[in-house]
Amino acid sequence: MRAPDLIRFARDAATGSPLRTSLLVLAVAIGVAAVVVLTALGDGARRYVVNEFSSIGSNLVIVLPGRSETGGFNPANAITSTPRDLTVEDARALLRGTAIRRLAPLAIGTSEISVGGKLREVIVAGTTSQFIEVRRLSLAQGRFLSDEDWGRGSAETVIGAKIRDELFGSEPALGKLVRIGDRRCRIIGVLAASGQGLGMNSDELVIVPVALAQAMFNSNTLFRILVEARNREAIPAAKAQAEEILKLRHDGELDVTVITQDGVLATFDRLLGVLTLGVAGIAAISMAVAGILVMNVMLVSVAQRTAEIGLLKALGATGSTIRMAFLAEATMLSLAGAVVGFVLGQAGAALIRHLYPTFPAYPPTWAVLAGLVTALASGILFGVAPARRAAALDPVQALSKR
Amino acid sequence: MSAAQIELRGIERVFRLGDSEVHALRHLDVSIAPGEYVAVMGPSGSGKSTLLNLLGLLDRPDAGVYLLEGRDVTTLSPEEQARVRSERIGFVFQSFHLVPRLTAAENIALPMMLAGIPPRERADRVARALKDYGLENRAGHRPDQLSGGQRQRVAIARATIMRPAVILADEPTGNLDRATGEEVIRLLEQLNGGGVTVIIVTHDPVLGGHARRQLLMEDGALRHDSALEGAAQ
Ligand SMILES: Nc1ncnc2c1ncn2[C@@H]1O[C@H](COP(=O)(O)OP(=O)(O)OP(=O)(O)O)[C@@H](O)[C@H]1O
Ligand SMILES: [Mg+2]
Repeated sequence: MRAPDLIRFARDAATGSPLRTSLLVLAVAIGVAAVVVLTALGDGARRYVVNEFSSIGSNLVIVLPGRSETGGFNPANAITSTPRDLTVEDARALLRGTAIRRLAPLAIGTSEISVGGKLREVIVAGTTSQFIEVRRLSLAQGRFLSDEDWGRGSAETVIGAKIRDELFGSEPALGKLVRIGDRRCRIIGVLAASGQGLGMNSDELVIVPVALAQAMFNSNTLFRILVEARNREAIPAAKAQAEEILKLRHDGELDVTVITQDGVLATFDRLLGVLTLGVAGIAAISMAVAGILVMNVMLVSVAQRTAEIGLLKALGATGSTIRMAFLAEATMLSLAGAVVGFVLGQAGAALIRHLYPTFPAYPPTWAVLAGLVTALASGILFGVAPARRAAALDPVQALSKR
Repeated sequence: MSAAQIELRGIERVFRLGDSEVHALRHLDVSIAPGEYVAVMGPSGSGKSTLLNLLGLLDRPDAGVYLLEGRDVTTLSPEEQARVRSERIGFVFQSFHLVPRLTAAENIALPMMLAGIPPRERADRVARALKDYGLENRAGHRPDQLSGGQRQRVAIARATIMRPAVILADEPTGNLDRATGEEVIRLLEQLNGGGVTVIIVTHDPVLGGHARRQLLMEDGALRHDSALEGAAQ
């Protein structure tokens, strides 16, 4: 039998019983669609978290004062119970680290900002010119803090998008003088609106030079030092260097905590990757179930078409021709199911993306391929038994069945 | 006597049902020459269908030799037997056995499709067959849209489309009224006139009387063969 004839014959046999065929196709389609949608959700969650983290700066190493880990008995801790503060000098010292590309000291406090009778409470961040790169922020207008000596503290400020809107509305803000606490500063830049993020919301931030902030709050301590490693691979080295330099400066005592964004990210990445895999596994089980369904429905089909099989044999069909015809039918049904399921699944993922635009619900390619291959393989595999049964039928008995 | 087309020697066919044995065919010796017209008759259960299935290579004997055109076909592999069925034998059944989802034309083309004949040639031969059997304007109809006589004509067209040497018909008129049945018999006789060996199983003595040779079966054995009249008792 020629291949096109075989395919046409199998197709006619399948479409000859529409209910049976559509049920089967649906069963396989649900399996594939489940794989596509569920892995889109799982991988979407992973991507979402990874994106959020990298928007903060994924090569980020953060130095905070105090030792947050309780690492057993430490004689140094026993002697000096109050940890040393982090200072601008500490931050400056970290610039020596070869694995460190740039850094920004960060002093944080709350204060009031006022202009033209309008007043609101704000979080003031004292930092330096490289903060914008380290935190991956962008400007809507003007420029960022000038690259001046860290001790100088010029009277200039960069404000968040929401602060700008509230204080100035539609009027220009750039170049205006505002009062922050008891200081008068000139607005030199406005941050681009970032929307809600995982970290600190920069839309409601007022940024001033670190020296100015420390003078405002009458303190010389830092809240954090944000360090950016040269690249992803340099993160562990940057962390080690930061610890070493600060330990040296703090009389050999490691009284700071250095955390890397990367470690947290990797954990999330791994966790959500496993989740996606698990979800894919569950969906694959539904495909095996569909495969068993394919087998049973094909067996029923063989039973129903016994007389036809007998006839085909009488007309000169070999066992292998009959086997091929039934296998082709099972393959076709699972292929149709796989395609329908793929389309349904992609539509489902697209719907999720439409409903939650910030959620990147794209099914990973490996999962889609695995879903399609599993559907096809299980359809063919479970089609073998019915096909063999059909080929093994005794023609005389098959023909006498009516 | 010219070389036999079909030669059965000492054929036995025994069906075992649990402990009991049914001798459907017992020690059968028959020889049929090319182009013969043979009617197989006998009471129900006498082994007529079993004989025909055996001749059509749908069944194997438990003992004996079956030579088809001089070749021992009982020892052939299933694949080779399928090939012989495809090329040398045409079946006509009592209940037509048309594939319900296929049209008349597709049913007629089925043996050619199974044999891997190219679509072009198939179409030509089907068109000719439809014309020969007066089915031209029924080509696209499915079996359930055809009368019994038309269905059997489709079945005969299908049985002859591969130009077989032997047509085996098991009660081809059993499901038809008298007039339609006679029409079908006429078709088979026409085929026989063209040189094809026709072997018909029938209960109808009138239809059986048409044949040039009658085989009378009884309890699995050949009771009477009109070709041996006078020779045997
Ligand atoms: N598959 C089978 N298993 C068991 N016994 C069988 C089988 N096929 C036929 N027989 C028996 O063999 C004998 C001959 O059967 P067969 O069908 O050849 O008779 P027949 O002459 O065609 O009868 P009818 O005129 O009723 O069609 C019967 O006794 C029947 O019961
Ligand atoms: Mg019978």
